[in-house]
Amino acid sequence: MIRYIRRAAALCLLLLAALLVNAVRVMVVEAGELDANPANRRGPIARWAEPRGEILVDGEPVTGSRDSGQQLRWERTYRKGPLYAPVTGYASQTYGTTLVENARDGILAGTDPALAPLPLWNELTRGRSPGGDVATTVRAAVQEAAYRGLDGKRGAVVALEPFSGRILALVSSPSYEPGVLSGTGPRVEEAWSRLTTSPNQPMLNRALRQTYPPGSAFKIVTAAAALDEGVVRDVDAPTDTPDPFVLPGTRQVLPNEAKGCADASLAYALQWSCNTVMAGLGVDVGLDGMVAAAERFGFDDTTLRVPSWVAKSNFDRRMSPDQLALSSIGQFDTTATPLQMAMVAAAVANNGEIARPYLVERTTTAGGATVERTPRDRYRQAMSPSTALRLQRLMVRAVEEGTGTNGAVPGARVGGKTGTAQHGFGNTGTPYAWFIAWAQADDAARPAVAVAVVVEDAEASRTDISGGGSAAPIARAVMEEALRLDAESRTGGAPGARGGRPSAAPAPVGPPGGPGRSTPPPRRP
Amino acid sequence: MTAPRSTGTGTGARPSGPAGGRAPKRRGVELVLLLGAVLISVCGYAEVGLAHDGAVPPDAARYGAGLGLLALLAHLAVRLRAPYADPLLLPIAVLLNGLGLVLIYRLDLETPRDQAATPQLVWSTLGVALFIVVVVLLRDHRALQGYAYVCVAAALALMILPIFFPAVNGARIWIRFGGLSFQPGEFAKILLAVFFAAYLSANLGVLAYAGRRIWRFQFPTWRVLGPIVAIWLVSVGVLVLERDLGTSLLFFGLFVIMLYVATGRTGWIAIGLLLAAAGAFLIGSVEPHVHGRVQDWLDPYASIRAGDGPGQLAQSLFAFAAGGFLGTGLGLGHSVLIGFAAKSDFILATAGEELGLLGLTALFLLYALFVGRGYRAGLSLRDPFGRLLAVGLASIVALQVFVIAGGVMGLIPLTGMAMPFLAQGGSSVVTNWVIVALLVRVSDSARAPEPAAAGPGEPARVEERAG
Repeated sequence: MIRYIRRAAALCLLLLAALLVNAVRVMVVEAGELDANPANRRGPIARWAEPRGEILVDGEPVTGSRDSGQQLRWERTYRKGPLYAPVTGYASQTYGTTLVENARDGILAGTDPALAPLPLWNELTRGRSPGGDVATTVRAAVQEAAYRGLDGKRGAVVALEPFSGRILALVSSPSYEPGVLSGTGPRVEEAWSRLTTSPNQPMLNRALRQTYPPGSAFKIVTAAAALDEGVVRDVDAPTDTPDPFVLPGTRQVLPNEAKGCADASLAYALQWSCNTVMAGLGVDVGLDGMVAAAERFGFDDTTLRVPSWVAKSNFDRRMSPDQLALSSIGQFDTTATPLQMAMVAAAVANNGEIARPYLVERTTTAGGATVERTPRDRYRQAMSPSTALRLQRLMVRAVEEGTGTNGAVPGARVGGKTGTAQHGFGNTGTPYAWFIAWAQADDAARPAVAVAVVVEDAEASRTDISGGGSAAPIARAVMEEALRLDAESRTGGAPGARGGRPSAAPAPVGPPGGPGRSTPPPRRP
Repeated sequence: MTAPRSTGTGTGARPSGPAGGRAPKRRGVELVLLLGAVLISVCGYAEVGLAHDGAVPPDAARYGAGLGLLALLAHLAVRLRAPYADPLLLPIAVLLNGLGLVLIYRLDLETPRDQAATPQLVWSTLGVALFIVVVVLLRDHRALQGYAYVCVAAALALMILPIFFPAVNGARIWIRFGGLSFQPGEFAKILLAVFFAAYLSANLGVLAYAGRRIWRFQFPTWRVLGPIVAIWLVSVGVLVLERDLGTSLLFFGLFVIMLYVATGRTGWIAIGLLLAAAGAFLIGSVEPHVHGRVQDWLDPYASIRAGDGPGQLAQSLFAFAAGGFLGTGLGLGHSVLIGFAAKSDFILATAGEELGLLGLTALFLLYALFVGRGYRAGLSLRDPFGRLLAVGLASIVALQVFVIAGGVMGLIPLTGMAMPFLAQGGSSVVTNWVIVALLVRVSDSARAPEPAAAGPGEPARVEERAG
């Protein structure tokens, strides 16, 4: 019997050994797969177990967290949610994250390894760092001015600091309250379906992800191409463009809203927005030259991140001459995001160079130590500095005495360009009014702000003047705030400056060097 | 928790028996190990509180004192009435029981409306009391041999009784009166083990040597085999009717192991496995409850793909996976997501998630050690009844651990059963303490010096009374 007892004992131990082997299978071999299973709630539970880090504007949080008492404990809240929704995005326990909430999720949620006190610390302790903060480049005053200006109308505003590429304002309208999506449950689902099915598309980030036909605002690109390619050598010399202008290879006549455009100079064409001249110049530059110029400004770039992805602005690479003529005045298939058009204005303002636009100034740990700071980065040289200087002068003239007079700001040098985008079948859709501009205080070394405004305006007549009519005042309000903040920073923090964020202060006063040095535009004899 | 053996010998080896100490008693070792077991449990209790509320639970000292008192009383009973008992059995039982209370207390924190730790402590106290009663009153395990048919009648009655009570969660295995519920089937397994041991030991010769030879297997005559197969069929049939398939599987395994040990016929194993396979296939394809369990085992994630969220087994596997090597730490896991039966059938998932593979390995080793000590006692004994009883009781624990741990970890289809000592469940805890008491008694007989009265060559004569 002894032998049989031994064998039975061996069987029992074999069973226990099988359990151990199986435990290794489940807990080690398949553990990663099981942990990652979307039905496993442990990930979300850990993710929402602590308050999320904050997103800062001017050093003040525009976000918060609320203890819901639910399984997913901390829910996101927003201060002035609709105002900053195009910047922050939402952080929803049901629908994930977008925009900065998404792009810097690791920092905000505390999972970024850079937040750990020591390398691999969190992996060893199975802990999670407190969520870090994300300081944005957005300035509250500029953002609010833009939001007020749009006043709920469909449209978008982007304001950049031309030299650094900081995004000072990013507004999309109509907006929404992202806090309603934070939690879980039927109310959140109901809010989601209401927001996603609304005809106003409040969750669409028009500033970054909606492309519009830029209309006449695109003429700056065409002008830059004509000057850089040498098609135009003297901006004040007459061009050889008839009015009316027949599109090459067709019998279609291109009309002008402005008068006196026959054989007008480039200066006059930009000042009064002559379609005929700019279409003719686009054809003269040629397809290759126009494509290259548009791409230098950022068109057709699918890789741009701010750090959230930006929709591709389009300039077709294969076109017939008549299509090229239309594209050169921002029609046909040419489309651009408001950010792209702000970059066009910034390129002119910053002497031809586009600084890479960015929205996140720096990220910090919960204790305030800097994790990462976004450096200034050159994006592209859109045009030669001399071309930029000449275009600056032409844009200033359009504001001083031209289509863009509504954009003028006292005490500052402002250059602008209007545009009207017609769209819809037979141009029956509500037109978009554009205004792109930049502004430099008279006593400043470099421009403080470049701005693009697009607004869907049913009231506006379909003329270039409408760009100046409904979009330019918004741009002016934005530029005034930006200039005020610029002046405050140059005088070392005047009363009213929201302190505590030295990093967000615009460029230092010292000599900028290189092409950034602002010199008076050369006076032509 | 395994203290070196040498530490206790000095305190425990006190010659006291009339015939003088042949084997050291090792009661001191037992006391030291018991102290360790209580300390580990109290530390676990405190750790749960620290992790969950940032403070040691206010009643940690009381909990420790209560568990310590129970352990001390049990130890005194062993010291007085079974001085030569195996010194590992009681400490392992106390440690497992203590850890079970910690895990249940930990899960109670997540379910404020369902507090199970205090009732479990009451049941544990009852279990220890019963342990003391058995150790004190049962002076010789061979006395049980005379009650073989009483045992089997009682076992059948206990198993049939719940049929007259309403089903709970699809299984008719509970009887309820007042606020208490009891699973009589739990206790029936001890009675059956006693009966099997008595019957098999009394018919050893007949079972082993008589009978026809078919192909390579020697079969016993139906006259001998009939009653035992009949009883087995009845018990399994009753359990299928009650839908308690885990216990049914356990009885079957117990029967096969004890038959094999008694006769040494590999043919029994073959027939047993064949019967098991046939039964499993039949029940698995006919009975919808079991069919569902088998489907769940084959594909635990089917309900996730169907959009219904993870089922219990999937949640259990998630919990184990979340544990990894070292576990999340007591009080920091989310095994409560398993939902229903998290404290009873799925208690091991909490252990796996919060103590990790390391903790789980320690638990399995404790069970292995416990089972091993039971077999050890069986090997040392001279009388076949005692041997079979020890083997049977140890096998009950081993099989039960395998069936439920394999079930919740996806190794075999899940069948409801309590993890010995760990899981919530009064009947289970009480039954397990009786198993410990019987093993302590048997091991005491195995290691005690031979009384002059009973000659070493005589046990066969004693057995024959039982048949």
